[in-house]
Amino acid sequence: MPDLGIVLSLLVIGVGLLWLLIRSLRGQEVERRVIFVFILVAVAAPILFPVTFQEHATPVVKRLFDFIDSLPAGSVVLVSLDYDPAMAPEVQPMTNAMSRHCLTKGHKIVFMGLWATGQSILMSTLQDIILPDFPNIVEGKDFVNVGYKAGNEGVLNVIVTDFKKMFPTDVNGTPLDSTPIMADIRSCRDFDLILSIGGGRPGAKEWVLFVGDPGNVPIGVGVAAVTAPQMYPYYPQQLVGILGGVKGAAEYESELAHRYPRFAHTDQPGLRMMGPQTLAHVVIMAFIVIGNLAFFRGKKVRRT
Amino acid sequence: MRRLIPLAITFVVGTVLIVSVFTPPLENIERTFTLFFDIIAVFAFFLGGGNLLRVHISKLRRRKQDWGFSVVTIVGFLGMLMIGLFKLGGSGNIAAPVDETGSLFYIIFDAVLVPLQSTMYSLLAFFVASASYRAFRAKNREATLLLIAAFVILLGRTPFGTMVSGWIPEWLSIAQIPNLAIWIMNSPNLAGQRAILIGIGLGVISMSLRLILGIERSYLGDDNA
Repeated sequence: MPDLGIVLSLLVIGVGLLWLLIRSLRGQEVERRVIFVFILVAVAAPILFPVTFQEHATPVVKRLFDFIDSLPAGSVVLVSLDYDPAMAPEVQPMTNAMSRHCLTKGHKIVFMGLWATGQSILMSTLQDIILPDFPNIVEGKDFVNVGYKAGNEGVLNVIVTDFKKMFPTDVNGTPLDSTPIMADIRSCRDFDLILSIGGGRPGAKEWVLFVGDPGNVPIGVGVAAVTAPQMYPYYPQQLVGILGGVKGAAEYESELAHRYPRFAHTDQPGLRMMGPQTLAHVVIMAFIVIGNLAFFRGKKVRRT
Repeated sequence: MRRLIPLAITFVVGTVLIVSVFTPPLENIERTFTLFFDIIAVFAFFLGGGNLLRVHISKLRRRKQDWGFSVVTIVGFLGMLMIGLFKLGGSGNIAAPVDETGSLFYIIFDAVLVPLQSTMYSLLAFFVASASYRAFRAKNREATLLLIAAFVILLGRTPFGTMVSGWIPEWLSIAQIPNLAIWIMNSPNLAGQRAILIGIGLGVISMSLRLILGIERSYLGDDNA
């Protein structure tokens, strides 16, 4: 049934694009609303009739995966959620997958956020994803949520030398000095890895500039697709790896499911979203081709 | 005097912070100044909130165009402020986080802000598609290069890229779309980004020096500076 649905949708899109091509070549304008309908069908069809693709981790993703995998159990990883709900569909799958990976390997996680909205997103992540998947983990011992602190780069500038000066307690008001997970952590330099997930400012770039470089701490990032190109200058020297957009998330989820089969049947939003992304990209490319064919045709007609 | 004092503060703070970076015993000064900055920044929240109310109340009073949106803004702002300050609907523990699960703040965040922001962001796909049809044309050599790069990246970011170029033999693997996309990101993109970053860095240094030395005074509201 899903196959029939997606085949029908592809047929509708294909025939529609052909109709648009003919109209464009005849010099007739294509209304904006028609284009919107195509995108709606391209995005909705793979959601209604799920299509999954096989993904393989590219080197930038695999390097980060292998780094987390090679850390000894008990390593402390700082995860910073630097995003808002607008960006969440793209980067939330990365938070889920990397947190699952860290906890499976027995690493301890310190969660924080440089964005005010990051804290609320983290609360729902803990509630909906992390705690149901790992019911035996203990707050304060296996993970701690220190929440959001205003100050952007200023926060990073302080925690690179003194973490507890900026975060004396966790979000529940428990002093960090009394939590076992923070016993050996004085500054960001004591973390075995920092993961910055986001795509805006402050975000991955600020973590590299203010913490990774001066503190000599390994940093891995998960960013929105539009931000990913800006991260490449820092790879592989300052960044362990980059997860760029939905594809990066899907590659990480795929690698996680491949190495740890218990995650093969958990929800994999990154892989799930590759269907709509693929079809939307194909439709956008078709629009570029049609637009250009119409452009050259118009040019030729004007000349003659 | 009105100009001299801010200029003197900028000069002293700027110089001390630069010196502290290169003088390990003075490292603490930098951290202390950062904490000062955070404390001062808190007042900006009051200013920002006050200004938001002032602008929208004035719009409401004068019944300016779309004043209805101002009502939504004011009600939303004050409502969330009260819910957050008094931690309404939560466990009743005043020390609990403002957005603890089950609190009214959390529910509104989850049921209103999340879908609204996600919807706004999703609209981008529609505009990108419309723009790609209307504006992305191979008008000249540069535009054609950009178009080809965009095409390869768009294809390379989907499994479709592997499907259409999977037949290319291993010895010519660079021509496979996903590898080509990686090459574009790792080489031309990297070179361009680095050049921009170095340019920005030099610009920041020069602007900082101008500020510290009092050559750049526009932040004082001096248009003639």
